[in-house]
Amino acid sequence: MADDPRSRIAHLYRRIGFGASPTVLDTAVAAGFDATVDALFDPSVPDGGAAATPPPTAFVLIAPLPATSGEEKKVRNNVKRTQNIGLMRWWLDRMTAAERPLAEKMTLFWHGHFATGIGKVDEAIYMLGQNQIFRTAGLGRFEPLALAVAKDQAMLVWLDANDNKKGSPNENFARELMELFTIGIGSYSDGDVREAARAFTGTRVERRTGTISVLARQLDSSSKTILGDTRTFGFDDTVSFLANRPETASFVSSKLWSRFAYPVATTDPVVADIAGVFRQSGDLTAVMKAIVRHPQFVSVTARQGLVKQPIEWVVGSMRALGMRANEFEVLGPDPLDTLRDLNQVPFNPPSVGGWPQNGYWLSTATALTRLRYANALAGRANLSWLTGVAAPSRPDALARQLSVDGWSRATLAGLQKASTPKSQVAVALTSPEYVLA
Amino acid sequence: MRTFPARNEFFMDLPITCSDGRTLTRREVLGGIGVATAALTVPSLVGRPGSVASAAVRTQASPALAPRRPGQGILVLVTLYGGNDGLNMIVPTQDPVYAAVRGSAGIPAAQTLRLNDGFGFHPSLVGVKALFDQGKIGVIPGVGYPSPNRSHFRSMDIWQSGVPDRVDLTGWLGRWHDAVGADPIRMLSIGPSVPRALVGAKSSASAVPNGTFNLPGGAPLTNAYMESVRTPSSELGAWAGRITDTGSDLLRVSARLAPILKGDGQGTAAVNLEGVADDTKYSVLERQLSEVVTLIRAKVPTRVYSVSLGGFDTHANELGTQANLLGVVDRSLSKFLSDIASDPMASDVMVVVYSEFGRRVAPNLSNGTDHGTAGPVLVAGHGVRGGMHADYPSLSDLVDGDLKVTTDFRRIYSTIIDQVLGADPAAVLGKRYDALGFL
Repeated sequence: MADDPRSRIAHLYRRIGFGASPTVLDTAVAAGFDATVDALFDPSVPDGGAAATPPPTAFVLIAPLPATSGEEKKVRNNVKRTQNIGLMRWWLDRMTAAERPLAEKMTLFWHGHFATGIGKVDEAIYMLGQNQIFRTAGLGRFEPLALAVAKDQAMLVWLDANDNKKGSPNENFARELMELFTIGIGSYSDGDVREAARAFTGTRVERRTGTISVLARQLDSSSKTILGDTRTFGFDDTVSFLANRPETASFVSSKLWSRFAYPVATTDPVVADIAGVFRQSGDLTAVMKAIVRHPQFVSVTARQGLVKQPIEWVVGSMRALGMRANEFEVLGPDPLDTLRDLNQVPFNPPSVGGWPQNGYWLSTATALTRLRYANALAGRANLSWLTGVAAPSRPDALARQLSVDGWSRATLAGLQKASTPKSQVAVALTSPEYVLA
Repeated sequence: MRTFPARNEFFMDLPITCSDGRTLTRREVLGGIGVATAALTVPSLVGRPGSVASAAVRTQASPALAPRRPGQGILVLVTLYGGNDGLNMIVPTQDPVYAAVRGSAGIPAAQTLRLNDGFGFHPSLVGVKALFDQGKIGVIPGVGYPSPNRSHFRSMDIWQSGVPDRVDLTGWLGRWHDAVGADPIRMLSIGPSVPRALVGAKSSASAVPNGTFNLPGGAPLTNAYMESVRTPSSELGAWAGRITDTGSDLLRVSARLAPILKGDGQGTAAVNLEGVADDTKYSVLERQLSEVVTLIRAKVPTRVYSVSLGGFDTHANELGTQANLLGVVDRSLSKFLSDIASDPMASDVMVVVYSEFGRRVAPNLSNGTDHGTAGPVLVAGHGVRGGMHADYPSLSDLVDGDLKVTTDFRRIYSTIIDQVLGADPAAVLGKRYDALGFL
């Protein structure tokens, strides 16, 4: 079954989208795998769902709001809370609405890669700006993407740019840039971190206006030695230098492969295949196409090797049942509450390292949260596609609706035991077949 | 492979192991399993009595409390993510180097709370100081491991695995759990995820949500779900097996805990997003520890609990941030020790507080501190031996501007495995390390 075209295309849609509806899958199967890949990557294909969910435009900077009295603080915190939660809800809604969901999947990937948290950044408007960089530049070349993210308010605030001054460099950004964003741990020394930190001195965000500027007196313009190369490295030079290192091609390729196919170390042979494409020009569309067209992408290892991230699971569940995230703010189940309990709140990664994967999502607590959410969601959904078919055909109808190949013996036993359509849907959504990516 | 902590309300809040793109291959996973199981074939781990010498009755424990039962304790692991600044937590008040180097990023001696002639607690640690005076807090300064790593992720991996010199995906408590025989209720992590410390090769801790634990959907769903997780779906691979395993563990653990955890109303609040919008009265750490008290009082047979607090990565403007965070730690610990005091097993409960590293001795000019090396570990409980249990690292004899480790962290683990969990430290850590005197 795993080798049939429908199964491969369903897998493709799960990995670079949030799953395919039965009709989308039918169309894609008729077109074939390669044509489907091209269509999914074609930015000129219109996306009515994305157009119908434009990013919020009403956000204001929180920093200039007065916060001296207790009353003012309360007002300010209310504005902040409303904006932050509004931003999270908007993105979830966009993910459930998007017709070309690759853009959202890439945005989610880069959000985990350049992981930045709204709690410290404290400005929804900055977080939205960064999110838009991921969306618009996330399939371009890596170097401009890295530059855009590095010299953007969210990242500058997140990793303490304002405190990085000549004579007293703050190493936070330099270290994470090397360890997590470009060349990867083990590819540099603490000395390299200190040298690179000097290159990033002087660039700051004016928090009251959001203006990014370079203060000449805080900029260390003397020469630095990074990875054995001695130059008068500046901010952009350093990011570009690191973005173009061969270690970066391997490290970022391994991360992409790990999130879209299955977890690998940078030394895995498959990474060399992908990094080879990456090194040609750093073109991320070419890299992603190489990933999904790689024979290993549809291997058993790949099919069994990834657990859905909670955002993927929650969004995918809503999409599979034909629902949008914005339907649940009042009556629930609240996808945001659910994501909190599943440990993946959008815009709030646990650290600059982003979210771990696979086993991190599997615990008794998250199993309970998934069961609760699936049950509540099934209770709100229109299940006529299920109730309209005879009981013996329901497992097949569920597999088709959720875009999985079929059910294991154990899941099938559970589906047959379930005495109501609602509990059948809950069992299906919490089954290993659906919880796997 | 199940790793990682619950977040907390300060949530700029840190690390978590192994997310750093240093992703894990199946081979690495299996390699880790092989090593761990090979090391863990010692059969007689359960019920090994603690050593007689360290079982001496606590002189300072309240006379109303039953004495600690060596090897039959309950461990509460408190992980502080981000790298807590130990120098400002346990301040060397008499060392002129501290005042000179730390300057305005340090705590003036006069503001500290006296620990002994040479040291003072951070001013936020009012309750800890009182407990210390009652002999219920042990301070172990200068704890770390050879060749310090300044990555949050790698360093926390090392602390949680208990293995400093190679990547080991199992945790030190996870290996203990494997050795004594996995039981989904023996180790509980409060919150959505299980930190690596509690992940074994063959088993993992269960995670208990901070709130209620009842299953949804009534009998129709419970029965169907039970059927679906009855046998592991190994035909779908190892991860599918983990998914059904956690499902069947959920049924077992929920059956035991749901009647106990009826919820305090905090866990079911409408959107409560930890710092983004946290309106609740108590900090997440306090709520986590309250749940631990509830479970201990209910005589749940759990031997290890894990809770956490993040936000300690104080690169800038450290004083205010750390004061708030240590205030949370202080209130949470004080409340916990007070709440547990009336329980007959109070003396058996030991809290350990640690972080992945300390900070540099010299501050940066942002009035913060960058990633450093050795840091203090606190132990707390009605059955611990209070006082300072190791040498404070010198502020003059540094390596690269960083403190030298005075106490290997495995000495603490070894003491706990032996004295609290009643097992052979060599089976978990490769060898037995010199015990420390906190028990």
